[in-house]
Amino acid sequence: MTPGMASPQAPGQGTGGAPAPEAVQRPKQRPAQDEGCRELPVLTEKGQREVFCGLTGIIWLHRKMQDAFFLIVGSRTCAHLMQSAAGVMIFAEPRFGTAIIEEKDLAGMADANDELDRVVHRLLERRPDIRTLFLVGSCPSEVIKLDLAKAAERLDGSHAPGVRVLAYSGSGIETTFTEGEDQCLRSMVPNMPPASGTERSLLVVGTVADVVEDQMARVFQELGIGPIHFFPPRRSRELPAVGPGTRVLMAQPWVNETVAALEARGAVRLPAPYPLGVEGTMDWLVAAAAEWGVSRARVLEVTKGPRDRGRRALEPYRRVLQGKRIFFFPDSQLELPLARFLHRELGMELSEVGMPFLHRGHMAEEMEQLPPGTVVREGQDVDQQLDRCREAHPDLVVCGLGLANPLEAEGLTTKWAIELVFSPIHGFEQAGDLAELFARPLLRKERLEV
Amino acid sequence: MELTLWTYEGPPHVGAMRVATAMKGVHYVLHAPQGDTYADLLFTMIERRDHRPPVTYTTFQARDLGGDTAGMVKTSVREAYERFRPEALLVGASCTAELIQDDPGGLAATLNLPIPVVALELPAYQRKENWGASETFYQLVRALAGPYAPAPGTDRPPREPGTPPSCNLLGPTALGFRHRDDVTEIRRLLEAVGVEVKVVAPLDATPADLARLGEADFNVVLYPEIAAAAAGWLKRTFKQPMVDIVPMGVGATRDFLRQVAEVAGLDPERGESVLQSRLPWYSRSVDSTYLTGKRVFIFGDATHAVAAARVAREEMGFEVVGIGAYNREFARNVRACAKEMGLEALITDDYLEVERAIVESAPEMVLGTQMERHIAKRLGLFCAVISAPVHVQDFPARYSPLMGPEGANVLFDTWVHPLMMGLEEHLLGMFQDDFEFGNGATPSHLRAEEPSAVKVGAPSRPSEQSVAPAAGSGNGTSGVGESLSLAWTAEAEQELGRIPFFVRKKARRNTEKYAEEKGIREIGVETLYEAKVHFGGR
Repeated sequence: MTPGMASPQAPGQGTGGAPAPEAVQRPKQRPAQDEGCRELPVLTEKGQREVFCGLTGIIWLHRKMQDAFFLIVGSRTCAHLMQSAAGVMIFAEPRFGTAIIEEKDLAGMADANDELDRVVHRLLERRPDIRTLFLVGSCPSEVIKLDLAKAAERLDGSHAPGVRVLAYSGSGIETTFTEGEDQCLRSMVPNMPPASGTERSLLVVGTVADVVEDQMARVFQELGIGPIHFFPPRRSRELPAVGPGTRVLMAQPWVNETVAALEARGAVRLPAPYPLGVEGTMDWLVAAAAEWGVSRARVLEVTKGPRDRGRRALEPYRRVLQGKRIFFFPDSQLELPLARFLHRELGMELSEVGMPFLHRGHMAEEMEQLPPGTVVREGQDVDQQLDRCREAHPDLVVCGLGLANPLEAEGLTTKWAIELVFSPIHGFEQAGDLAELFARPLLRKERLEV
Repeated sequence: MELTLWTYEGPPHVGAMRVATAMKGVHYVLHAPQGDTYADLLFTMIERRDHRPPVTYTTFQARDLGGDTAGMVKTSVREAYERFRPEALLVGASCTAELIQDDPGGLAATLNLPIPVVALELPAYQRKENWGASETFYQLVRALAGPYAPAPGTDRPPREPGTPPSCNLLGPTALGFRHRDDVTEIRRLLEAVGVEVKVVAPLDATPADLARLGEADFNVVLYPEIAAAAAGWLKRTFKQPMVDIVPMGVGATRDFLRQVAEVAGLDPERGESVLQSRLPWYSRSVDSTYLTGKRVFIFGDATHAVAAARVAREEMGFEVVGIGAYNREFARNVRACAKEMGLEALITDDYLEVERAIVESAPEMVLGTQMERHIAKRLGLFCAVISAPVHVQDFPARYSPLMGPEGANVLFDTWVHPLMMGLEEHLLGMFQDDFEFGNGATPSHLRAEEPSAVKVGAPSRPSEQSVAPAAGSGNGTSGVGESLSLAWTAEAEQELGRIPFFVRKKARRNTEKYAEEKGIREIGVETLYEAKVHFGGR
């Protein structure tokens, strides 16, 4: 075992026991408050964070809701981020853009609001197909305290009923990468109609690929679970009703505040792990089934075909990944469910699982399934983490695009984290594809002889 | 506020990063919120750099704003110095940090680091990437070479007898369009005429290299957008003359060598012997006849656009039908160049405006940036990329400069290639009645992007309309929009289908324009040929 692996074994971290040797060496890392996360020590770290801001979520949100436009109110940096992170040139006029704040907008807030109104009018005139306009707050708009919620209210008034105008923040000072989607969805919750009565319905929350949605819907239907709605919807104005009968199943781990807003409207969250891998998907379905009084045996029966296919699809990749050590840099919050999948279903060893931050309540079912001694680290000091990664020398590093090539050049093998939020990876049918994403860099390395 | 769907340039601190990343021994501490670290991937992914850019971000969050963001700057500067041990440090703010006014430069100065610390003021709400790179390079040069400046008013001592003339190559940065190979090419060229290259900067230069910039006899400004300001200061301070002709194309390379000879005191004829490019003969060979008068639209950064215009006209025999640039700072050069060609320059960073201008000027080929490549693809036009903003394709594995003799070869190949492919498609089209080349067949190189793009000899309403989605909004397709009332006879359509597809649109447009002028409602084969004569030779 490498020195980098030793510290997680230190007992009692965060529970009043002896501090881990690592914590002694690096005073900046303090043991986390261990709020009911079983015995897993969660280390927190503060320093330079090499993560995207919440604006990046627009890249998949605008694909999901094709009648919505996302207008970032920000700087040239925001615009540049969007085109660089998305790696896109424009084939058609995109459904996202930036109202770039200029020097004169900083001078007076009244002018900034007038300017925003002007930009929005022009945009909507040009794009009559848009049904929902999201004003997306950025770091600069937050810092100058441009009140986009108020602006949205004003603009909603002048463009109703054709266009609904909502506001949320995707700023880096308030959101990390996938939290942008959480903020976006949360902004839509108040417009969901109230459910009449207490009839039970299922609401699956968090963007997943359409193909995955369709698969999920078919299984739920066969199990007699319904009515079922997905949130966000494919058409931004077709919002499902919400009320005390609503049962929420999280498809993505990052929709925390959205779920809280739904709970405030009476919805009840069904605790479950996330539908990644064969096991994760099974447990996720069972959580809903139990609520509808459908037995586990019935779920097993209904899903036999896809489950068997999923297992068969994993087999070849298990041979590649078994016993290999993996190190996660914080990125999307999918790290914990992915670590669980890779460990339990593919036999990988977990070197370090970094997360931008950890919602302990919504991760409890995942934490339970991680092997004892797993290092879960919340937050980031990228230079320190790179040191640890080099020291641990894992077989595979999951990291952002800024780190991948430099680490490859140092002889490490990497997997781009961002691909995990853009590819269909949920459900039985995608389990093999998900495993393949991790196996490919290792297989490629084996293949190359240059 | 300005609505932006896509932008040609990043913010000015990205320009500063391009300078810092190009150099060795420099570190940049950037006061910036979390998320601004995205800029690292420009270098590691697009340019495939094997190192992280030497940038430390403070990555403050909302909860830090009420607290000690100034303290975060100091901690970041101190830790960056300790960890990376740079020879010089750049300190600055991104757009958000500019608003909270922590004065990172001043804070860094209080740490009394034993290295030069250069504070950057890059106004993010007024300026852009190229300006940021220029300002950063200028400030670095001033800070590092400044201490070696001669007293004002002192004349530059003459070169020691027996020593060869020497120069610095200024301007190449990280993420530059073919900068890597341009430097190799121009260095080789200069050495061939007997000029020693002392320092190349910022690319691969150290702070110590910048300190000795004043030693060379003159400066060569390869990329004025980045190095003109620094070279101007060096000229004033060290009395170093400046070579500012950008050696893109055979003619410009010849002029460049003459200018070098002049400032270096060399025999100007010496340049001729090293100026060996295949372009002149390839362009004169009869095979190239079909290039004559090809209508090209040019857009890019000012320097590359102006250089491309000269090559297009003088060395390829094209007709330039439109020219523009996205960087306002150098608009004057483009305007002058446009005027010379009887055109009006398009200075904008709105790609939709560029698209409109392209539609209006009806070129057969576009020389532009990656964005114009996409526009051209949509419009079914040929395109070659001549300028930043860069794409991973702009960092080819092979040697591929744009400057010097080899650069001219590269220009010839990359501009002719798409046209050659078009000619091939036409030859295939000549066999359109053979079953393998069915009428509905789309040219293979366009198939992926635009399945309905050019249907050879389509019998009904022709599909080339569909490749110009901007035409409606741009309203500039000189008559295509209004001509819907004009009817084409089946024979005329068929005849039109026999015209090479890359000029077919022009033929259709001209014929309809002619028909309108003459009040002809139904276009027959006769009308087509009447129009051909009418517009012939124009």
